Amino acid sequence: MTDTTSEPAFDMAKLSAKHTSQEAEARTKRRHWAEFRLKAYGILAILFAAVALVILVYTIVAKTLTVTNEFYLSLDVPIQLTERQSATLTDDNPNTNANLENLIFQAMGVQLEAPHRGRSARPLKGLISTYEGFSLGEIVGANLDLIGGNYHFEALLDDNLQLYMKGDFGRLSDAGTAGPITISAGDSGDQVVISAASNAFGASRIAMREDRAAEGRALRRSARDQERAFNETQEALDDATDPAERNRLQKLLDGFGQQRDQIFARADAALTEATDQRNNFTLRTDDPSVFIRANGGWIKITEMEPERLVGTVMNPLSQFGEVPEGKWSGLLMTSPEAERKISDRQLLWMEDLKREDRIVTHFNQRVLFSSDSAQAELAGIWGALIGSFWTMMVTFAIVFPIGVMASIYLEEFAPKNRLTDFIEVNINNLAAVPSIVFGLLGLTILLSGVKLFGIELFDGLLKVFAEDPRSTPLAGGVVLALMSLPTIIIASRASIKAVPPSIRDAALGLGASKLQTSTHHVLPLAMPGILTGSIIAMAQALGETAPLIIIGMNSFIQDPPGGPLDKANVLPSLIYLWNNNSERLFDGKTAVAISVLLIFLILMNALAVVLRKRFERRW
Amino acid sequence: MLTIALLGVVILGIAGYVIARQRAVAVSGGETAALHSRPGYHGLYALTVTTLVGIGVFIVASAIGSWYLGSSMRSALADLDPTISGLQADRVLQDARAIATGGVTSAVDALREELSGVFSSVNATRVWGITILTLGGAIAALFFALQTITTEFRARNKSETIFRTILWSTAAVAVVTTVMIFIALIGETLNFFTGVLDWRIDKFLFGLTWSPLSGVHTGEMSPDKVGAVPLFVGTLMITVIAMLVAIPIGLFAAIYLSEFASTHVRAWAKPMLEILAGIPTVVYGFFAATTVAPFMVGMGASLGISVEAESALAAGLVMGSMIIPFISSLSDDVINAVPQSLRDGSYGLGATRAETIMKVVLPAALPGIVSASLLGISRAVGETMIVVMAVGQSANLTFNPLDKVTTVTVQITMLILGDTEAETAAGPAYTLGFALFAATLSLNIIALRIVRKYRQKYD
Repeated sequence: MTDTTSEPAFDMAKLSAKHTSQEAEARTKRRHWAEFRLKAYGILAILFAAVALVILVYTIVAKTLTVTNEFYLSLDVPIQLTERQSATLTDDNPNTNANLENLIFQAMGVQLEAPHRGRSARPLKGLISTYEGFSLGEIVGANLDLIGGNYHFEALLDDNLQLYMKGDFGRLSDAGTAGPITISAGDSGDQVVISAASNAFGASRIAMREDRAAEGRALRRSARDQERAFNETQEALDDATDPAERNRLQKLLDGFGQQRDQIFARADAALTEATDQRNNFTLRTDDPSVFIRANGGWIKITEMEPERLVGTVMNPLSQFGEVPEGKWSGLLMTSPEAERKISDRQLLWMEDLKREDRIVTHFNQRVLFSSDSAQAELAGIWGALIGSFWTMMVTFAIVFPIGVMASIYLEEFAPKNRLTDFIEVNINNLAAVPSIVFGLLGLTILLSGVKLFGIELFDGLLKVFAEDPRSTPLAGGVVLALMSLPTIIIASRASIKAVPPSIRDAALGLGASKLQTSTHHVLPLAMPGILTGSIIAMAQALGETAPLIIIGMNSFIQDPPGGPLDKANVLPSLIYLWNNNSERLFDGKTAVAISVLLIFLILMNALAVVLRKRFERRW
Repeated sequence: MLTIALLGVVILGIAGYVIARQRAVAVSGGETAALHSRPGYHGLYALTVTTLVGIGVFIVASAIGSWYLGSSMRSALADLDPTISGLQADRVLQDARAIATGGVTSAVDALREELSGVFSSVNATRVWGITILTLGGAIAALFFALQTITTEFRARNKSETIFRTILWSTAAVAVVTTVMIFIALIGETLNFFTGVLDWRIDKFLFGLTWSPLSGVHTGEMSPDKVGAVPLFVGTLMITVIAMLVAIPIGLFAAIYLSEFASTHVRAWAKPMLEILAGIPTVVYGFFAATTVAPFMVGMGASLGISVEAESALAAGLVMGSMIIPFISSLSDDVINAVPQSLRDGSYGLGATRAETIMKVVLPAALPGIVSASLLGISRAVGETMIVVMAVGQSANLTFNPLDKVTTVTVQITMLILGDTEAETAAGPAYTLGFALFAATLSLNIIALRIVRKYRQKYD
C-alpha cells in the first residue's frame, strides 16, 4: 500500500465519460433511431401489402354485391295466340319454341299507355330482355291450359334498366318543389308553359349552374391547349424562312387562332350562364333532366326562366290548370340523357312502374347457374365453371401420376450423374418459364402442328383425340399439366425426402425390392405431403389464364361442355372475356366470376392446410 | 375411333393382368411358392408389355397415318388441279377437310367438294389402319407375355426394369417439354427471320417502329415495321416500376417478419402474404383496369397532369404488389438461413439489431436476395394478364410512365387472338415468344449461378 500515488492503468472515469457524454448520448439516440426506422419500414411494408389486399377484396366484394339482385317487370299477359304460334306450341317436336314477345309487348303497351308496334314501340321493347318471348313460350308450351287466359308473367328487364334500378345512372332527386304551379298549353302540340313560384326549382338551377360551370372549365382547358398550339406555331413561324413553309404555318396558325377564339367564346357563354342571376337556361340532352309530375302525367322541362318554364308532355296529364303545392313534384336527374343508356321516356316509365309496384326483385341465381350470353342480363358463369372442372380433371389425371413417378425416380432411383443434374436444372428452369410461352407451346405442338421451313414435321398431337381440339378442356388441361409439372415434382420430392432412411432400410432388409420399398413404404408415407403440394399446384392452375386464351379458351361459348372434348371456357378466361365487354352490367358479373374463382381457390388451399395439419408426420 | 383404340389397349392390358395371374397360378399347380415371382408380378408384366406395345404401335401408326393423309391429299389435289400450290393449296386442303368434318370453310366449290370426298375415304383408311394395327400389336404382345409364364420366369425383375424405365421417362418429360418449347418457338422464328426479315435480325432487335400488321392487307409485312424496341422499352418500364414497388417492400417485409416480428404478427402476416401470392393474375388485371387505372387518371386530373388510362404506372404498381409476396418469401428463406451464430457474434460486439441486420445478416444473405430479385424480374417480364387487361396495344416509344405503352406479352396475345390469319401473325408473335423465353431463361440461369457461386457455407 505504498504506491497509492501512481497513475491507474485505466482511467475509468474518463472511459465511462466516453459513453455518458452528450456526444455519446446523441450517438446512441441515433443508433436507436436507425433501429426504429428499420422496424417502421418493415411495418409499413406489411401494411402496404395488407392495404393492397383489403382494397382488392373490397373492390371485388362491392362489385359482386351490385349484381346479387335482378329486376323483373311483373305483368298480366293475356295469352291470345296467333294461329302460327299455337301451331308451334302444340307441335310434337320438342326443339321448336314459340316466340310470344308480341303478347308481352301488348301487355306492356296497355300498362304504360304507349304504342307496342312498329318503330315508335322501340323504347318500350327495349325495356325487357331480348329472349323473354321465348321464356313465355316455354311456359305456355309446358301448360297449354294457359292459352286463352291471363298469365302473370315476370319479364326480365334489359341490362341498362337493371343498372338504372341499381342507381348506376343516379336517382331522381327533388328539383325544388315549392309553391303552386299553373300549367297551360303551349304554342305547339306537346308543349306546355308552366308558371311557378320564384323559389321553385332551386335545386335544378344549382345543378344547371354546376353543369355549365364544369362545361365552361372544360372548354377553357381545351382552349388553353389551342392557345399553346397557337403560340408554338407562332414561334415556328417566326423562325421559319422558307416561304412555302411560312405559308403552311400561317394557315395552321390561323386555324388554331380561330378555334381558340371559338372555344373561348363558348366557354365564356357557359360560364356566364353559370353565374347569371336571371337563371335562364335552355336544357339540352347533355344537361341534367328536370321533370314535373302532376295530375298523373309527366312533363319534361326544356326551358327554364324565373317563374316561367317551358316543357314537353311525356305522359299525358289528366288536366291542365293550377296545381297546388303538395300535389305536384319537380324531379331532377343529374346524369344527362346523352350520357346514360336509357332515355328520359324509359326512365319515366320505370318510375311509373315502380310506383305501381310492377317491378319485382329476385335473388340473382342466373349469374351462377346459366352460361355465357351476349345479353349481359342473361349471362352467367355455369358453362365456364364446368369448363374449369373438366380442364382441372384432365390436368390432374396427367400431372399427378407423372409428377409422382418423376419425383420417385429422382429421389429414389436416379444415379448421381450429369444426366440427372441436367434433368433437375431443367425442372427448375421450367418452373420459371412464363405461362404465355406454354400457351404458344400448346398452340403449336398440341393443336396446329410444327412446320420448319415449310415442311410439316408433325401435326397437332391432340388431333388424334378430336378433329378440332382447339378451345377444348383437353388441350387446356394438357397445357396446364405441363406447366404445373415442375411445381408438383418439387413439392413431391421435398415430401419424399422427408421420409427417414430407416424406413427404406427396414424394407430393404426384409427383402423388398427397391420398387417395392418405394411404392409400398415411402410413397404412402409421403402421400399427404404430395397431395398438399398437388392441391396447391392445382389451385395455381385453376387461376391460370394466359396460356388458355392463347389456345382459344376465350371464345364465346353458350353451352356448358359435356366432356373434355367439347369446346369450353374456363373461369379465368371468362373473366378476361367479360372484362373486355363494354356493357356495364358485365362489370358486376365479372366480379361474381372472380368471387367464385377466389372461393374455390380458398377452399383448395384450406383443404391443403387441413391435409398438412392432419396427416403430415414429423420424423 | 382412335380414342376407342386406346381404350381397347387399356382393356387388353387389364385383361392381360387377370389372365396372366390366373395362368401363373395354374402353371405353379396351386403351389404359388414354386414360382420365382408372385402371380401378381406375372400379371403386371403382361399388363405393362401389352399397354406399352399398344401405345408404341399407336404412336408410330399415327405418325405414318398423318404423313399418309397429307401426301395423298396433296397428290389428289395435284391430280385435280395442278395450278394450285403453296399457301392457296393449304387453304383448299383445309377447306376440304372442314367440309368433310363439318367445320367452318372459307369457300365451297366443286374442287373442294371432291377433295373432301377424297379426304373422307383416305381418312377412314387411316383411322381403321391405326386402330387395327394398334389393337393387333397389343394382342400380339399379350400373347407373347402369356407365353413366357413359367415357374422360373423372373417376372418381378423384368417388370421392375420396365417400371424403372417408365419412371425415368416421366422424369424426362420435363426435358421433353423444354425441347418442345424450343421446337415450337424456333420454327416460326426462323420462318420470320428468313422470310420477312431476310436475316436482318438487327431490324427486329433495334428497329424503333412496331406495327407488324399495318401492311398485311395489301400484301407483305414490312421489315421496317417490326422493330421491337418500343415493346422492349415498355416491358422494361413496367418491370422497373414493379420492381421499385416489390423489392423494397418485399425485402423490408421479410426483414421485419424474420427479425423483429412477434409470433403473433407472423401468424397473420405470413398467411396474408400467401393469399396475396395466391390470387390469380387475371384478378390483379381486373383490379388494375377497373380500380387502379381510373384512380390514377382521377389523381392526375386533380393534380393537372395528364395520365393515360392505360398507363405503365397503374400496371406496374399492381404488378409490383403481386410480386411483393414472391420477393418477401424468398428473402425470408435466405435471411432465416443465415446462422444464428453470426447474429450472436454481432450482438456480442455491441451492435444493435438494426446494425446486425444491415451489416451482418443482409450481406450474408445478399446472393439469395439478388437471386430472388432476378426471379422477380423474370416474373414481371413474363407476366401477361395484368398488362393485357391494364395496358393498351399502342406501341409508343416513350419513357414517360404516365403514357400509353405496350409490352412483349401483350403483343404476343394480341397477335395470336387477333383477326389476322394465324400464318401471318405467328411470325412476329413466336419471335417475341422466343425472345421472352430466352430472356427469362437467362435470368433464371444467372439467378441460380449467383446463388451457387456466392453462397456462403457456414457449417
